Amino acid sequence: MSKQYIKSWVDTNAGKVPVITGELDFQDKLGALRVRLSILRMSYMVSPGLYAIGNPNRESTVFVSANFKLSFDMLRRELKDIDTWILVLDTKGINVWCAAGKGMFGTQELVTRIKATDLEKIVNHRKLIVPQLGATGISAHEVKKLSGFSVIFGPVRVMDIPAFLNAGLKATQEMRRVNFTFYDRFVLIPVEIVGGVKYLLFITALFYLLSGLNRNGYSDSITLNYGSRSIINLLFVYIGGTVAGPLLLPWLHGRSFAMKGFSAGLVFFVILYFLKLTGRSVMEIISWVLIIPAVSSFILLNFTGASTYTSISGVRKEMRIAIPLQAAAVVAGLVIWIISRFV
Amino acid sequence: MKKLRYLKNVVTLNYHSNKCTGCGMCAIVCPHSVFEMKDRKAAIVDRDACMECGACALNCEPNAISVNSGVGCAAGILNGIIRGTEPECDCSGNSKKSCC
Repeated sequence: MSKQYIKSWVDTNAGKVPVITGELDFQDKLGALRVRLSILRMSYMVSPGLYAIGNPNRESTVFVSANFKLSFDMLRRELKDIDTWILVLDTKGINVWCAAGKGMFGTQELVTRIKATDLEKIVNHRKLIVPQLGATGISAHEVKKLSGFSVIFGPVRVMDIPAFLNAGLKATQEMRRVNFTFYDRFVLIPVEIVGGVKYLLFITALFYLLSGLNRNGYSDSITLNYGSRSIINLLFVYIGGTVAGPLLLPWLHGRSFAMKGFSAGLVFFVILYFLKLTGRSVMEIISWVLIIPAVSSFILLNFTGASTYTSISGVRKEMRIAIPLQAAAVVAGLVIWIISRFV
Repeated sequence: MKKLRYLKNVVTLNYHSNKCTGCGMCAIVCPHSVFEMKDRKAAIVDRDACMECGACALNCEPNAISVNSGVGCAAGILNGIIRGTEPECDCSGNSKKSCC
């Protein structure tokens, strides 16, 4: 990846430090779009180390960030009019919160990076602004003990940094809170759609091939009719579960994601029923009423990983109940669906 | 806007107020305002909002807080069960899969 964001170099007591621009160019914006659309997501990174924005001196603030380029770009854009230092940790191209959960954006990495960049020689003060969501991996009192630097946890969102600085490094309750707004959920959709595509292809292919079965053997013309219908149903549930599910999350019934997915799935079934896509035979209709809500329930259960408020204990609890039910419904539905081909 | 709330009475968050020194770090790091400072001590004000991220416990110097933290992610938990490891979402540096 070219480093077009580096504009010059500045001399410090610890050697040359790259000066970066806070202006995002076309390439940065294209890269962000690429990552949002889930294309080559895992190789979007910058080199760890210290960077300068503007003309920082020995008293300037030091912000800590991850080496996921999207995180880095959002931070430098927000800091473009401030003379400051950015210390980028090696998180293998993963964002702050996820990397902190794994300990990669962690106490040890921060302490190592402080030493590796000779930060002590570059600034006189001993303060670091760390994004609040990094606190899952960074222990402020441990960092102080190991490096002498005090960690000040900044706001959750970069857009609140100017207000945080103006308030004398104080964040309001609102700046400390993680939300899961309509927009937050909206930007996750491409990744959700791409995430399960290989399973979708496998299952639709299976249904398509099986749909040719009938009491006279195997028929290609029936495959075209019944098979296409099955594919439409499965595609509808998939798009419903990965697009409508996340968007309508607060309005779906229940607290459990599996329940939310199940209730959405019932609606999907009703829509498909009235579009005459669930077949004419009672058996085929029963098979779809078993399959569609179960698949939708499973897709939404998977959305727990992208959400910002589910606990591991809660997800475990709902999985223990939901996964056996989902599996049983899909297997029963599939068996009934196959039988319906022969009666 | 309807508020999103997860399951009730399920989190493993534990807090021993007798060990609390009143530094206020838990209230600062919590992304769901589970803690508040009352009379120079931390208090749990919204236990069910806890997502078990572990930031409070990690930043509590006197060890007054404990929580079994981990990823609240069904795919991660399934991965852990299949591989026989700790639950982890599939986004280590080498993986080409998307993450979180």
